[in-house]
Amino acid sequence: MTANATENGAPILQLRGINKSFGPVHDLKQVNFAAYPGQVTALVGDNGAGKSTLIKCIGGIHPIDSGEFLFEGRQVTVHGPRDASALGIEIVYQDLALCDNLDVVQNMFLGREQRTSIVLDEATMEDRAAKTLKSLSVRTLRSTRQLVASLSGGQRQTVAIAKAVLWNSKVVILDEPTAALGVAQTEQVLALVRRLADQGLAVILISHNLVDVFQVSDRIAALYLGQLAAEVKASDVRQPQVVELITTGRTEGVESELPTSVDEGVTA
Amino acid sequence: MSAPTVDVPESPAELTRSPSLGEYFRSYLDRVRGGDIGSLPAVLGLVVLVIVFSILRPVFLSEGNFANLLTQGAPIVVIAMGLVFVLLLGEIDLSAGFASGVCAAVLATLLTDWGWSWPLAVAVSLLTGLAIGTAIGTLVARVGIPSFVVTLAAFLAFQGMVLLIIGQGGNVPIRDEVILAIENKNLPPLWGWILWAVSMGAFAAVVLMRAQRRRSKGLSAEPIAILGLKVGGLALLTGIGVYVLNLERSRNPAVVSLKGVPWVVPIILVLLVILTFVLMRTAYGRHVYAVGGNAEAARRAGIKVPNIRTSVFMIGSTMAAIGGIIAASRANSVDPNAGGSNTLLYAVGAAVIGGTSLFGGKGKVRDAILGGAVIAVIDNGMGLLGYSAGIKYIVTGLVLLIAASVDALARKRAHATGRA
Repeated sequence: MTANATENGAPILQLRGINKSFGPVHDLKQVNFAAYPGQVTALVGDNGAGKSTLIKCIGGIHPIDSGEFLFEGRQVTVHGPRDASALGIEIVYQDLALCDNLDVVQNMFLGREQRTSIVLDEATMEDRAAKTLKSLSVRTLRSTRQLVASLSGGQRQTVAIAKAVLWNSKVVILDEPTAALGVAQTEQVLALVRRLADQGLAVILISHNLVDVFQVSDRIAALYLGQLAAEVKASDVRQPQVVELITTGRTEGVESELPTSVDEGVTA
Repeated sequence: MSAPTVDVPESPAELTRSPSLGEYFRSYLDRVRGGDIGSLPAVLGLVVLVIVFSILRPVFLSEGNFANLLTQGAPIVVIAMGLVFVLLLGEIDLSAGFASGVCAAVLATLLTDWGWSWPLAVAVSLLTGLAIGTAIGTLVARVGIPSFVVTLAAFLAFQGMVLLIIGQGGNVPIRDEVILAIENKNLPPLWGWILWAVSMGAFAAVVLMRAQRRRSKGLSAEPIAILGLKVGGLALLTGIGVYVLNLERSRNPAVVSLKGVPWVVPIILVLLVILTFVLMRTAYGRHVYAVGGNAEAARRAGIKVPNIRTSVFMIGSTMAAIGGIIAASRANSVDPNAGGSNTLLYAVGAAVIGGTSLFGGKGKVRDAILGGAVIAVIDNGMGLLGYSAGIKYIVTGLVLLIAASVDALARKRAHATGRA
């Protein structure tokens, strides 16, 4: 399952000591986080733990207050979604952001249409879209010219993911990709997530479903009240330990990164 | 939603495979059944109406009346073409009628009272439309007032503006030959045929070249038989139209000969080609559809939504200006009620009857022509049958209601079958 070749490689994306506050609310406190090429890094945590804030900081939606943002070993500043896209970071949000009245190709190229002078180059776009879908071994679409409105939830997720990898992106962040899917479609999307990593992309998977997390992830990072509780190899922990990390911030057998003062009274 | 898609055995290459003739028809039927009906109701309605009126009143089918239909419907169609852009965003422009009136009043005043040449007067008239659209669009997109309210206010204000420009009970005649020619003069018959041949040839070339290019890339393309049918069918219909228009329709040919395609037809044709190109073949057009379909998705894709929103009102009001000029040409003058009474409702009706959705995201420029034809046929046919204006309004209102119901029901059905 795991891409062993890159197991010990350098992280493509590394955050060190990230802080982010919204007014008096300290959402992220000294968070360290890394994503590795060829690996799926699951980001878990309870509601309000700071998962969304963290990915929005990575995606450039929120500027970080302090801390280091390293991409491919270089320090970078990300001021907006366009900066993140330029680096090769794409986020697939939970609501997918697809236009129902446009077809698969039109959605995949939305906002970045290929053209010759002022005319849209439909043939090239369709060709590239088909190749990308093929490279992801997508077999569930009938035609690249289907309207997105006619697609199932899993197919929509597939299109959104394909849209994210179309631009030679290096880091793909998936926000709850299986939350609204049935069993069969969840399997398809998880297989797709795994394939992305096996093709060398760094995948960050946000999920509440630990079964999914253990099925595809190489590493698990648990956030607890805005702090990183632990970042571990998926093979080193079992599900109850991760549940404990999510709910209390620490668990037996895993070295917690939390300072001792944080969770007073919560561990009981 | 729940249909399992796992066991679809197709290989990825099938994604771009060309359909056979049978598959093409089956998928079309599927789409219609799923609520994606497009212009089908308008076409069927038009056929039924023409048959009914021809039986009840044979003069309806006469050469003279056919030309009449075109010039009658032209201003409505042109305003409706601009409204299609506004409706695509799910917005509405209630001021389009009186905006056309204001622009016509500006044109007439400049031509007749100030003695300007027609190109200058037309340019200022169009710029007036553009300015109106920019103002409305800015209020809607940047200030955030619902378009219904902004354009309702503009509706009233523009009505007052026409009154002020023309003067109560006044009437500014138009004597400029060129402006009058739009609705009152015809192309020489030979020119009509040349126009027909050139436009059909260009249409065929574009359609075939696109299919060829797609095939050469290994992408799916419509079956060649379908393309032939489309081009041939359109050529036949328009050919009949040109032939009929080229017949003598003067009651007294010895005194004055009246034949040929009215000048307004090539004008509408050019507008249709330009606007269709903008909507279907440019990134801007794609973004209009995207904002109409899901504004948030468009915003995240980096599309500047407020700019798009403003621009559709600019196009809408500029097209209204052109419609106003054509209406002024037809009436030979501009009076204080220019662009009033049924102009706006007929224009919105034309777009909606033609298949443009009031919910945004669905519609084409040609819808304005199909829907405009339906409205012109009702208006003209019922007039020939001797019905009063009252009855005509009621019937047109009902037809608009039917079209809006078809739109709403199709949308419901599309949701039910997962085609939204």
